[in-house]
Order: sequence, then structure tokens, then C-alpha cells
Amino acid sequence: MSTETETATAVDRAGPTGAVPAPRRGRVGRPTLSEGKRAERRLGWLLCAPAALVMLAVTAYPILYSVWLSLQRFDLKFPDEREFVGLANYVTVLTNDYWWTAFGVTMLITVVTVAVELVLGMGLAVVMHRTIVGRGLVRTSALIPYGIVTVVAAFSWRYAWTPGTGYLATLFGEGAPLTERASALAIIMLAEIWKTTPFMALLLMAGLALVPEDLLKAASMDGATAWQRFTRVMLPVMKPAILVALLFRTLDAFRVFDNIFVLTAGANETSSVSMLAYNNLIRGLNLGIGSTMSVLIFLAVAIIAFVFVKLFGTAAPGSTDEGGRR
Amino acid sequence: MADIVLDKVSKSFPDGTVAVRDVDLEIADGEFVILVGPSGCGKSTTLNMIAGLEDISSGELRIDGERVNDRAPRDRDIAMVFQSYALYPNMTVRENMAFPLRLAKLDRATIEQKVAEAAKVLELTPLLDRKPANLSGGQRQRVAMGRAIVRSPKAFLMDEPLSNLDAKLRVQMRTVVSRLQKQLGTTTVYVTHDQTEAMTLGDRVVIMRGGAVQQIGPPQELYDHPANLFVAGFIGSPSMNFLHAAVEEERLRTAVGDVPLGDRLRRELAAEDAPRELILGIRPEHFEDAGLVDEQTRGRGTEFEAPVEIVESMGSDKYVYLTVSGERASAAELEELAADVGADGFGGGAANLVTRLSAESTVAEGENRRLWFNLEKIHLFDPSNGRNLTLHEGRAAGALAS
Repeated sequence: MSTETETATAVDRAGPTGAVPAPRRGRVGRPTLSEGKRAERRLGWLLCAPAALVMLAVTAYPILYSVWLSLQRFDLKFPDEREFVGLANYVTVLTNDYWWTAFGVTMLITVVTVAVELVLGMGLAVVMHRTIVGRGLVRTSALIPYGIVTVVAAFSWRYAWTPGTGYLATLFGEGAPLTERASALAIIMLAEIWKTTPFMALLLMAGLALVPEDLLKAASMDGATAWQRFTRVMLPVMKPAILVALLFRTLDAFRVFDNIFVLTAGANETSSVSMLAYNNLIRGLNLGIGSTMSVLIFLAVAIIAFVFVKLFGTAAPGSTDEGGRR
Repeated sequence: MADIVLDKVSKSFPDGTVAVRDVDLEIADGEFVILVGPSGCGKSTTLNMIAGLEDISSGELRIDGERVNDRAPRDRDIAMVFQSYALYPNMTVRENMAFPLRLAKLDRATIEQKVAEAAKVLELTPLLDRKPANLSGGQRQRVAMGRAIVRSPKAFLMDEPLSNLDAKLRVQMRTVVSRLQKQLGTTTVYVTHDQTEAMTLGDRVVIMRGGAVQQIGPPQELYDHPANLFVAGFIGSPSMNFLHAAVEEERLRTAVGDVPLGDRLRRELAAEDAPRELILGIRPEHFEDAGLVDEQTRGRGTEFEAPVEIVESMGSDKYVYLTVSGERASAAELEELAADVGADGFGGGAANLVTRLSAESTVAEGENRRLWFNLEKIHLFDPSNGRNLTLHEGRAAGALAS
């Protein structure tokens, strides 16, 4: 979503600097384009076309198809009873306790993991940014968790917490933490955080690089402590980068699946919405209800993205010209 | 307001490079001191050490008589203006200027009043609610100055504050800076690589090269009595002409004829270890069209003839470029100066002379012209160490001094 708005503004900005300074307004009130400009625009469309077609085929079609499925009673176990039911599936899902429990679990995981990741990631980013000795080593070791496939990492967490064989399970005494709801959720969130904090740190480090050194020097001359420099100068300048990082991570976290699948398989009410959709759609073969859930997840993600893009809007003026540089 | 004393201040980095070596400098209360030199001469590092942005490796820094080596920048009560202006992009002009006051926990009314005062002095009042992104370069520069003056610090430090402005604005802002400093009477240390700024702004100028101070003094003194080849070449525009000179008995053999020597120089050059070859330095304005020199003055100089290459008439006077045959002057200092201005063969390609003659001169391009130059104003340098041999007790006395 962000990329779309960015390219749009980039095109706008590049527009006037393009080859021919066409007159602003023609006789009919529409901007008249010169021959060269028009050819350029046509070429632009042609160059975009293949990618746009592929995108439509692999995203638009499945989305529309799942919306279509969600409006039907369609269970592969009873293929003969397929019929159009309108919004009945949505009523079923939205009045169902399983859905709302899963939704609550997903929200909890999203909020907690993203918040913790933001704090840890910021710390890690500052460390990576500031390290002078052994910079490469520090960065590489910080990024290792992110380089491991989620499913593989999830399995190693599961074994670590398995009573009798896992080192973490024995460390924390008797009991099987993955079989109790609270501890299982905590472990899921721990695995998520461990895995994706480096990604957060990477995105934030790009933001840190945007803060001019002179700005921090000026702040310390103006009497700011290290903490004041961080909160009053670094954070505001980094705001766009922080929002991007938060957006990416929130969208990702809301679709949490692999860790839950491997660690608890959704037992003890630890299912996320994606997990629930999977259970209905793939395991239960209920295409109608499963698609309904998928569409709802899609809507939730769209709302999150929309809220963030709105936030970007307020962050844009003043921060477009970082550090007041010319 | 305060005096600042640098006592053998040095800066060395862990890898062993020495950026600043034993700088001794006493800056009086209210004085405007310029640190100038080519890039990499240690002037900015010196400024950052005064600011507290760089640690001092050895030596002592005293502000108002107090040792401040280990104090954080915010405990030194000095303000700094950066070349990049370093305005906080998320704050308005008003907030930028109020920032140091808010950190100092002043009450709202006082902050309002001080910001308004500073804004008035710098003519920023109509811009107070704008963001830095919506200001021009000159306006940003003024906001940066405003942020510095608003809390009446003990001293101002300015790190090439005008370098990002275009030439016309730079000249304009130069007078603004100068007027402001006189008005406020605050001790100011100003770093620049532009010798014109150094000459026009400061009470005193500190010329640095390779981390060491070359000479400290009022601008005119540095111009008239340069301690060494580097200072002589750095100060002045167009810069001093340098020619190779061979010592022969009682005179010097140069591309502009023989130069007689006075008693003192003769004695000095008679010593065992005295250099046999020198560098002769003459400023462009110490040449004159031989036909325009009256009898009385003529005796103080000597004449030579050379082909005129280019004549640039400035109205008030004429810049005349000539070529003279002979060896080119060479010294490490001259090469460094040449590298700094980005020109090869500084001090004369095949020994080119830049001269400034009276506007009345009828000199024309292509002709051979007879020129006169003042022997009392020339400088002689030892190429091995750059020392000015004509300098006696701090005054340059020309070639004939006895």
C-alpha cells in the first residue's frame, strides 16, 4: 500500500521535470500533452502491463473467488448441498465463540509481539548502528534468527519445551508448558519475537541512518541528555521509518500461523484466526465458512493498513526533508 | 561571556593519527577569533573539542578559568552553529529556537519573550510558525543563529556557517554575523576555509596546517608579516607570487633579475648551514608599471622586463599576468596550497606572475613590458622549513633591511 502511494508521488514529482514542458492547460481545460510525452506515457503503460496482468491473475482472481465462495454454503463433504446463501456465512462466523476467541488470541499476539519487537528492535538497531568494533559480527549474529526458516525454528522451540527431553522444560521445573493456555501463548509470542525482532531492527536501522549526525550534535550543544536526544530528535526524525516497520510487522503478526501450527496446533484455545481458517478450509473442507474467515482476515488486514497509511499522511509534512538538508 | 584558553590541546585517534597538535590559544572575553586553513588542517576538530563533541587527548581547555575537559557539551554553556544548520525538521522555527530554553526548564513566558527578541534581531518574526523544510537556505541559517543566541551562552562556536549559501548571500550574511557579534559582544570562535571570510570577520585569525597552528594575529598583520611560506600563500587573493631564488654572494639571482641583500640577511645567509636556495615572495600589488614609478620610489625597488600574457582591467586597477623564465619555486607548503585550491602549479605554472598595476598603465597583451617591484615589501622563505627570513622580531622588512 505504501509502495503504491510512494510511486504515485514519485511519478508526480518526476512529471514536470520530464522532457517537454507542456502547457499547463489546453483549450478544453485538460492538459494537452505533446507527442513525445504521450508516447512516453504509452510506453509506461506497456511496460507495466505484464506485471499488472500477472498481479491481477494471482491476487485479484483468488480474492474475488474467495469472496464468491464465502457467499455460498459449500462443504466438500456434502458437495451436493452447494447453494448461494448471501451473508449467512458471515453471520455464522461473527456470532461464533471460536471465531472471537481466535480473534482475541490474534489481537493479543499482534499487540504484544509488535510492541516488544519495537522496543527490542530499536535497542538492537541502535547497537548495530553504533558499534564500531566488530560491526559485521554484531550485525550477522543479530540477524541469525531471521535467517532460520520459521517452521524449523518453531520445531526447535517445541523440542526445547517438551518435558523430559527439552532443556527449557527441565529448566522451568515440572509440567508441560505447551499444554496450558497461558504458558503456551507466552511461548508462541516468545518464538515470534525471537524470530522477527531482527527484521524490525533492520528496518529501524535504515531509519537511524536518516538521522543526521549534526542534528544529534546540535541537540547535545542545546543541552539535551542522551535520552532527550533520543526522544526529541531521533524518534521524530525516524517516525516514517518506525511507521513502516510497524505496518510490516503488524500485518505479518496478524497472520501468525507457522509457530502456532507447530507448537500447539491450536490446542487449548491458542488458535489464531489464520489457524482457524486453515482448520475450516483445508482440514474441514468447508469452503464456504473457510472463505468467509479468509475474507474477514483480509478485511482486518486492510483496515490495519488503512489506519497506518492515514498515520503516514500526518507524518509526511516536515519529515519529507530530513534534517533540513538542502 | 567568557574567555577560552587552549593549553597544549591535542587530539589523536586510536589508529595513531594526530589531528591536532599542541594548540595554544588564548581567546579574550568578547573576542572574535577565526580558525582557518585548508581541509583536514584540524580546525573543525579543534572547534569540536572546545564544544565538547570530541574528547581532548591531551592538554587543557579552560573556559572562564575553569578546566572543562571532562564536561559534557551541555555543561559548558556554549552554543554552536553548524554548516548544515542542523535544524530539527519536526519542529517549527519557534520550537527550534525555544528548544535549548525548554531543555533548560525556563518558564513559558520567558521562553516566549526570548524567542521573540531573537527573532526580531534576526528578522525571523514572520517565519516563526514555519517548518525548516519551508525555508530558504539563508533563512535556515538565520534560524540556526537564532537558536544559538537565544540562550545568551558564554560563547558561540560556528563551523563554516556560511559555506552552504550562494556567493551573494554569503557576503550579506557575513555582515549579519559580524554585526551580531559586535552587538552581543559574545566570545566567538569561527571556523572557515575561506580566507576572505577570515580576513574580513575576525579580530584575530589562527591559521592552521596539518593540525598545528602556523600563526596567530590580526588579519592585517598576517597579511603584512607572514611567519612562513604557508601563511604567505594562504592569505591574500590573488595570492602571493613565489619565485625560485639562488643565493649568490651579496644578492639573489631570480627570474625577475638580481635582488640585492641588506646587511642582516647577508649575515644570516653567510652562516654554514644557511640555505643556498630561497623562495622569493612578492604580492601582486607590490609590482608597478615601471613608467609610472616616480624617481624617489624607484630607488626602493628594482626593475625587470617580461612578456605580458593577459590584462584584466578591474576599473580601479589592472591585473596583469606575465610569464618569466626560470626555475619554478617548489616546497611542500606550495604543493599543499595548490592541492587545496585544486590548481596545479600554484605560485606560477612556468613561473607565472600575477601583478596588480595602476589603472593608468597602458600595458597591452602580447607586448614586452618593463615592471618595477618594491624590494622593501618582498619576503624570502627557506624552502626546507618555510620560515620567513625577512621577518625580524615579528616584522617583515624586505630584502634590504640592515
